[in-house]
This record gives sequence, C-alpha cells and structure tokens, in this order.
Amino acid sequence: MGLFGSFTRAKKEKLDEGLAKTKESVIQKLTRVVVGKSKVDDDVLDELEEVLISSDVGVDTTIKIIERIEKRVARDKFINAQELDKILKEEIRALLAENAASENSDFDLPEGKTPYVIMVVGVNGVGKTTTIGKLAHKFKSAGKSVMLGAGDTFRAAAIDQLEIWAQRVNVPIVKQKMGSDPASVAFDTLSSAKAEGVDVVIIDTAGRLHNKVNLMNELSKVKRVMQKVVPDAPHEVLLVLDGSTGQNAFEQARQFTLATDVNALAITKLDGTAKGGVVIGVSDQFKVPVKYIGIGEGIDDLQPFNRDAFVDSLFGN
Amino acid sequence: MFENLSEKLERSFKLLKGQGKITEINVAETLKDIRRALLDADVNFKTAKTFTETVKEKAMGQNVLTAVKPEQMMVKIVHDELTQLMGGATTDINIKGSPAVILIAGLQGSGKTTFTGKLANHLKSKRSKNVLLVAGDVYRPAAINQLQVLGQQIGVPVYTEEGSKDPVKIAKDAIKEAKQKGYDLVIVDTAGRLAVDEEMMNEIAAIKDAVKPDEILFVVDSMTGQDAVNTAKEFNDRLNFDGVVLTKLDGDTRGGAALSIRSVVNKPIKFVGTGEKMDALDVFHPSRMADRILGMGDIVSLVERAQEQFDAEEAQKLQRKIAKNQFSFNDFLSQIQQIKKMGSLKDLAGMIPGMGKAIKNMDLDDDAFKEVEAIIYSMTPQERETPEIINGSRRKRIAAGSGTTIQEVNRLIKQFEDTRKVMKMMSQGKNLSRMMANMPMGKR
Ligand SMILES: Nc1nc2c(ncn2[C@@H]2O[C@H](COP(=O)(O)OP(=O)(O)O)[C@@H](O)[C@H]2O)c(=O)[nH]1
Ligand SMILES: Nc1nc2c(ncn2[C@@H]2O[C@H](COP(=O)(O)OP(=O)(O)O)[C@@H](O)[C@H]2O)c(=O)[nH]1
Ligand SMILES: [Mg+2]
Ligand SMILES: [Mg+2]
Repeated sequence: MGLFGSFTRAKKEKLDEGLAKTKESVIQKLTRVVVGKSKVDDDVLDELEEVLISSDVGVDTTIKIIERIEKRVARDKFINAQELDKILKEEIRALLAENAASENSDFDLPEGKTPYVIMVVGVNGVGKTTTIGKLAHKFKSAGKSVMLGAGDTFRAAAIDQLEIWAQRVNVPIVKQKMGSDPASVAFDTLSSAKAEGVDVVIIDTAGRLHNKVNLMNELSKVKRVMQKVVPDAPHEVLLVLDGSTGQNAFEQARQFTLATDVNALAITKLDGTAKGGVVIGVSDQFKVPVKYIGIGEGIDDLQPFNRDAFVDSLFGN
Repeated sequence: MFENLSEKLERSFKLLKGQGKITEINVAETLKDIRRALLDADVNFKTAKTFTETVKEKAMGQNVLTAVKPEQMMVKIVHDELTQLMGGATTDINIKGSPAVILIAGLQGSGKTTFTGKLANHLKSKRSKNVLLVAGDVYRPAAINQLQVLGQQIGVPVYTEEGSKDPVKIAKDAIKEAKQKGYDLVIVDTAGRLAVDEEMMNEIAAIKDAVKPDEILFVVDSMTGQDAVNTAKEFNDRLNFDGVVLTKLDGDTRGGAALSIRSVVNKPIKFVGTGEKMDALDVFHPSRMADRILGMGDIVSLVERAQEQFDAEEAQKLQRKIAKNQFSFNDFLSQIQQIKKMGSLKDLAGMIPGMGKAIKNMDLDDDAFKEVEAIIYSMTPQERETPEIINGSRRKRIAAGSGTTIQEVNRLIKQFEDTRKVMKMMSQGKNLSRMMANMPMGKR
C-alpha cells in the first residue's frame, strides 16, 4: 500500500508542487488521479492521505479510513471518482459517533431532568466561556430558562467575561469572587436553579491542561459536589476542543473523560482555516458524539453538529 | 501514547545490519518511521515530507560501519537537523527604542494576554524596565479587565480607553503617554483574530503602521495542528513579525507546530509559555524541542513532569511521618495513585534514555498495582495506619477479601516494611525531597 511509502517518487513531487497553488477540491483531485484507472492505486491513496493528514485527521485514523476504503473497493468494485468520493464520505461519517436521537440538537430538553445540568470542560483558551454564552442564547431562544455558574474562579477576569455574556443573553448568573472554590460555586448555582425551577444550568470551569493531576481531581470534585444537589447531574459533560488543535486532542479527550465522563464534544473556531479533523478519531475512539460547532465570536455563532456538512468541509466542497 | 522514535528505528534498522552503507532501499523503512513520528507530533504534512527528504540526503552513502549503531546515527542526523532547523542560538528581542514598542498578535485564545503580562513581568524584574501595558483588545468580553488584573498582579500600569472601539487610536495614545511619562517600554496586547478575517487583519496591520513597533511577536498555541503553517504564513505576510512565542508547553503536546512554523516563515522562536502564572516564561531550547517532537528519551522533561506534580508541602508532611516511622499503608496507597496519575508507567519509564527497550516487553501496564491496591483496600483503617497489628489471622482475612493468597499478602507486607526501613534511613540522610520528587502531588 502506498501510505507513507513513496518518498522517492520525484515525478509526483513535482506534480504536488504545481498543485499547491491551485485550490482544487478533493473530488477534483480524485477525478484527476482516477481518470482512466479501474482501481484505487497508490496515487489515489496518496492524495487521500495528504488531504486527511492536512486536516488533522491523524495517521492512525487516516490508515483506518484508507483500509476501510480499500476493503469497500475490493468488494464493491470501484468505478469512478464520484463513486470513490461517496464511499470516502460514508466511511468517515461512520466513524463519527452518532448523537442519540432524543438529544437536544434543536435545544429541546429530555423529560424529567430539571434542571438539566451541563458542565463545560476543556484545556485553556479553547472557547468554553464563549460557547456557554452562545448555548445559553440558543436555549433561551428555544423558550427555556437558563442559569449560568461562574466556575472559572482562577483566570483573571474570567468571572467578568461570563457575566458580560449573561447580560448579553439576559440570563441570571451565580458567582463568587476570584479564587473561591469552584465546587462551591457549582453547588450554589445548582441550589438556586433547583429552588427557582430553572430548565438549564450551564457551569463554566477554568481551563486546565489535562496532564495536571490536581486540577483534574478538582474537576472530579466539582462534579461530585453537584450531585449533592441534583443526584444525576451533570447530565451533559461537554468537552470543548479547539478546531485548530492537532493530535493532542486525543490525550485531552482521554484525560477529561477519565476525570469527568465526557459525553459530548464541541469544536470551536471552525470559522478559520483549520478543519478540526482530529475530532473524527476522537469521536470514534471514545464513542462521544460531537454536539456543537463554534463558527465565530458572536452570540449566534454556534450550530448543532451536522456530520454531512462537516465531512464535506474536510474536502473543501 | 506514541511509540518512541528511537525504538522504531531500532526495529527498522535490524534490516540494515551488515549492509555496510545506508542506501536508498534500506533507508526507506526508517524514513517512513521518521515521517510518521513527525506527523504524530503535528508537524505539517509538507514540512514532514521535505524534512525526511533532507534527512535522506544527509544519511545516504554514510558508512554504517563507522557509526556506533546505525539507528543511533540516524537519530542523531534527525535530531541535529531538527535542532538546526529550529534555530541555533537564542535571539533576543529588540527593546532599544525610547520607548521601545512591542506588538503582540495571534489567534483567539492562543495566550496573548497572558504572555503580555509575563513579558512585562520579565522585563520589569529581570531587566529593570519601566513598562506600560496597553489594552488593545476591545472586542473580547472582559479582555481589558483581564489585562488590568494581570497588571495589578505584577505591578505594571495598564493603559486603557474606556468605551473606545478603536485599537489603533488607543495604541497611538498609549505611546504618547509613555513618552510623556518616561516609560522605557510599551507592550500592546491585541484581540485574537483569524488569518482569514480580512477586516481584523487590516486592523492589526494598521496598528503596526501607527505605532512602528520595534518588535512584533506572534503568539501560537503549541497544541496547534496542521493549520499552524497557514496562520503563521498569513500573519507573517501581513506583519513581517520578528519572533514567535510558543505557549502552553507545560502540556503534553509534542509541539510539531514549532517546526512547521519555523519552516514556513523562518523566524526564531523567542519565548515559550509554561504555565498560567506570571513567572511561567522560558527561553526556547531548540534541542529540547527536537527531542520532544521526536518523542525521544528526554530526561529533562521527565524531571520537569515530576516537579510539576510535586507538592513540597505534602512531601514535607510525609517526610515527618517517615522520620517518625509512621508511614502507613494509606500513604503507600496515595503514592501509588499519584504515580499512576502521572501517566502510564511505560510512558514514564520510556522517558528515561535507554529504558525504552528494556521495559518494552515487561508487563508494566497500568494494572501493575492492581493487586497491591486490592490487598490494601481489604485492610481495615486501623490496619492501614498501624501495620504492626496485622497478624496471621488478619492476613488470612485480607487475602480472602482481596482475592489473593496469603503468600501475596505476606510479600506485600514484607515489601512495605522494607520500604519503610529504607525510607527512614534515607530521611535521616536528608535527601528525601529529591526522592519524593518522583512521588507526585500536584499544585497549580
Ligand atoms: N473565531 C472564533 N473565535 C472563538 C470561537 N469560540 C471562542 N472564540 C474566541 O476564543 C477566545 C477564547 O475563548 P474563551 O471562551 O474565553 O475560552 P475559554 O478559556 O475556553 O473559556 C476568545 O477570544 C473567544 O472570542 C469560535 O468559534 N470562533
Ligand atoms: N497552561 C498554560 N496556560 C496558558 C499559557 N498561556 C496562556 N494560558 C491560558 O490560556 C488561556 C488563554 O489565554 P489568554 O492570554 O487569555 O489568550 P488570548 O486570547 O490570546 O489573549 C487562559 O486560560 C490562560 O491562562 C501557558 O503557557 N500554559
Ligand atoms: Mg473561560
Ligand atoms: Mg487576550
């Protein structure tokens, strides 16, 4: 197989250079390399490899995708580039864990879980607080009452930042002062949400790198303390991944899942040139669905995740 | 996690043994491994390709017999090439102007504001500069506030214009003020922006034109993937920045973005961020970074990882207990848990040069402590605190409770007692804190 096996093909190298400037879609590229051939050969796979790796899909997942395609092609008898394009997208879609049908993609809430508690976690600067602001707006627009908990008590002005979002969206916020115990903030928030019969509670947390043991323990503690107020809380642990992050996202997902049982993903900053391809492997490996994507800094720049649109965007069409 | 590059090479060089020279055919497998290591580390696809080509050229025709071991030679070639690519000597920032102006730019959330604070702190405390910070992010909620809080922490004033939405004017006014009040240095924090955001890219170019910075630093998150090249190139085209700042290196990312950026814009990496606090700033070490990207045995990072998890206060408490011979099974258990949390044992051992291969076939999975834990969990609280009381019938009960045998329980208790003795001896030798660095308890 051609994967990583073609360092010496000078001819193809030249072709690559020439192509670097023209922005060709993958389907166009595939068409070009596939023309006049009856099977998927090294050139086709090399093209695929480049597209996938360049979208942060990662080596392991790329190999997995290519192997699945090879199998399919051997079975289905590959015909043309359009066919291949279709197969490719199907295979990638299949790796993205599906959202449970009952879940709130249109911001409905499951029955009997009031308040519905969402805890938002992730490494530093990925867009947790911003995502919370946008989510609150979505739930509010869907007619739900929302309350925010300012659980990032560490970063400078993080509380102020969430407070501004709360004002923008016009929802209540529970906070303490900088440096206070985040578990205690979560406790307060859930207590008042319960007392006031609020529909959705979203708890912000401080960014933390997943290799810092005590900070990950702190997160487990926040979660445990919530359960003193709402026994099955948090219903949703949303891990926010920055769309421009590379392979480190795997380790982030692993460690945050260990500490807090992550059950939903959000990918932010997809309004840039980064493709966020690492999420394919992450979703596949940890069986966690991608629920939301962030596409800007504004209040409306959040969308429910759409597998088809996401896979299409990987291939620039 | 990832397999060690040197281990991979050892494997692929089995082929090469006895062949005398490195040739195109026998090196292909090795180059694949190198390229794979680079891609796993998020080095850009094209950069990785070019890099392996270069390595191939350097290696080709070299005499295997003259090298200690072919894989070692190859690792060295790769390592040296990487180190060289990432820049030899460290380059200082230009702060000669009066006031000198430093402009900070980068994507959203990359760590610009935090770095702005760190740099001010560094220049103030290490180089006795009189610094003025400028809050130029007028978009992100509470961004101005954030810089003000940091300014307060480090005792550096922050120039702001309440309610203004014009960062170009803010920056100009700040410099005027700095001149009037005799500041040596002005650092302008700016809003995060995407390279494709035309309007925002124009804005930062306008700020540059208005303040004519002596130094422009591009701040990038070390966890960035393949997109690092696009972003770095675009910012460089617009700003022609002077240096790069790599943040969040206290994480476990391989940081291949460093190499990609270097190869597309050819600007030096001048600082690295290693934490959220104001003193978590370091100069860039190309050789250390090369090791990190390749995932090679890096004793330095092992030591750092241990230190980062290490809580001096906890350790002292423990030291007192040990000295009084009160080290208990509970302490033992919490040590095991801390070690486990540091990372997989194999990963940790793999960071020690030469250990990689030795442990490869050992059963060092993370279940290594399972039995020990089961036994300790089957002890009563009293037994854990005062192991002396664990007599024969108690041992029987513990074995039954933990699903182990009496022999295993005996062995653990014996080991524990030995450990206690050794620890006590060492604590009298006063060198415990070093040893305890490997028994981590984290603090931010
Ligand atoms: N372009 C873009 N920027 C975003 C997006 N989400 C968040 N950001 C920005 O990323 C930066 C960090 O976001 P923040 O919510 O403070 O991250 P946190 O540290 O994880 O809470 C801010 O400048 C946000 O405006 C997104 O989807 N697109
Ligand atoms: N662990 C760690 N966190 C950092 C580092 N630099 C910045 N951060 C964190 O990253 C997040 C975003 O930083 P910020 O300075 O607000 O980014 P900006 O949006 O580019 O101004 C904050 O949570 C910071 O505390 C670093 O070197 N290490
Ligand atoms: Mg935040
Ligand atoms: Mg900022």
